[in-house]
Amino acid sequence: MSNVISFKDVSLNFGGVQALKNISFDIQENSLFAIIGPNGAGKTSILNCINGIYKPTNGSIEIFGEDTSNLEPDEIANAGVSRTFQNIELFENMTALDNILIGAHRHINYGPVQGLFFSKKARNEEEKARKISEDVIDFLEIEEYRYSYIISLPYGIQKRIELGRALAMQPKVILLDEPAAGMNNEETEDIARFILDIHEELGITVILIDHDMNMVMDIATEVVAMDFGEKLFQGLPEDAAKDQKVIDAYLGVSG
Amino acid sequence: MITFLQATFEGLSLGAVYSLVAIGFVLIYKATDVLSFAQPALVVVGAGLISALAVDRGVPFWIAFIVGILLTGIIGLVMERTFLRPMVGEPVFSVAILTIGIDILLRTVLNNWIGLNPRYLGDPFQSFGNFGSVNVGGVTLKYLEIAALFTGVIIIILLSVFFKRSKYGVAMMATSYDQEAALAQGINVGRIFGLVWLISGVLAGFAGFFITGGFNTLTQASFLSALRVLPAVAIGGLDSIPGAVIGSLIIGLTQGYVAYYQLMLEGVIGFSLGSGFSLIAPYLIMFFILIFKPDGLFGTKEVERV
Repeated sequence: MSNVISFKDVSLNFGGVQALKNISFDIQENSLFAIIGPNGAGKTSILNCINGIYKPTNGSIEIFGEDTSNLEPDEIANAGVSRTFQNIELFENMTALDNILIGAHRHINYGPVQGLFFSKKARNEEEKARKISEDVIDFLEIEEYRYSYIISLPYGIQKRIELGRALAMQPKVILLDEPAAGMNNEETEDIARFILDIHEELGITVILIDHDMNMVMDIATEVVAMDFGEKLFQGLPEDAAKDQKVIDAYLGVSG
Repeated sequence: MITFLQATFEGLSLGAVYSLVAIGFVLIYKATDVLSFAQPALVVVGAGLISALAVDRGVPFWIAFIVGILLTGIIGLVMERTFLRPMVGEPVFSVAILTIGIDILLRTVLNNWIGLNPRYLGDPFQSFGNFGSVNVGGVTLKYLEIAALFTGVIIIILLSVFFKRSKYGVAMMATSYDQEAALAQGINVGRIFGLVWLISGVLAGFAGFFITGGFNTLTQASFLSALRVLPAVAIGGLDSIPGAVIGSLIIGLTQGYVAYYQLMLEGVIGFSLGSGFSLIAPYLIMFFILIFKPDGLFGTKEVERV
């Protein structure tokens, strides 16, 4: 098992606020890696550092063994790291299918001039992207929403389409920022099932942030617990539930 | 009736030319949030480049035409890379003022070169018989205007398929909606910006030729014709490409009809509107439409950044 992502003493400051304090961990290939912690613990900051939206103030991040401090977010995406966002960031003025096609952007390869005249190559490439997108649509069971505009779709479906956009990239690593937030039990179970399928069937390394402890405990293979920008715990999910520091920070101190 | 057809034809041809520049303007605004007041200057710069190559340097016209238009696109690209890329994230107002600066720079250099005498573009349209026109049922169709209409229609069709279907068009839409999310999909936002400015520059180059080609000639005042794209964009709505085309047609037709019917109109209202009223009429139409539709006919309601 090789490391897909390594954090080495990563700190992230915004002015006087320390969002991350000397965080180190390794994420192994094919793991389902969960990051838990209360609000403001720095979970999303970790994802933003991985996909390059934030650059660490100190320390370094390696993805597939390569230092990412000089890479732009689009370069990191093209290396095979896709993500969803905490507050859905779909392109609302487009259809579900177009959104998913944008996810497949990195697999489409032709020049602007070929695009203008829709050359044979451009058509073939667009067909290939369409094929990838249709596979994703099948996988997530969203066939009926294909041509609907995002803005007209319910929240739970939007979440699923955002997941679809991330999958259409055919990533090696997928970052999921609270995929089950704001969902009812049934929808949460659906999402958990999809995440397991992504992990097991597609063999993609999953990095998951969620507040739903039951779901995280059920599906994660490894857990990191965060509080106030510090790493409290790293290990198996069943051990996290027993760890006193995690219980204090996340589940609350009793009495 | 013949007068009406004549005015309609000229108006549509003019509108097709304006719409090329207007599409460029809207593209830049949509993708990069920049109101580029430098577009009209690029139009005359494009014409200047063609003229310099074809007439001054004696390059065969069609080569000069293609090279001049491509160079205009490249000037657009360079402007974005050098002046506007560092301004990403700055207030829209500052960036708009910057584009006015670019506009002044381009026109000063160009006007210096144009000098006092009109410049010809060395195109074939002036030398055809009948002063370069064909007569169809009493309506005089200038070759240059026919070419403008055809070119405009073809470019608009190609571009609309390009924006809707190609990965670049979809990536442009995505970039204009949410840059961060676009980056996360592996879209190189900088390259999209460059592409947008390149396309807009090329469109301005085409328009430059049709505005100043034939007997129209390039003078220091040609810029005023290019400037009429701004009311066209305002009418259509700053962020709508179909709006840009329709706004341009409205402006073109207004200019055409006023030019032919001004005398009749003056007879009805009883006083003179003065010579050159057809050049002012587009702005009056713009004021009138903006009173009722402040965001333009097709503009998004909450264009909050203006």
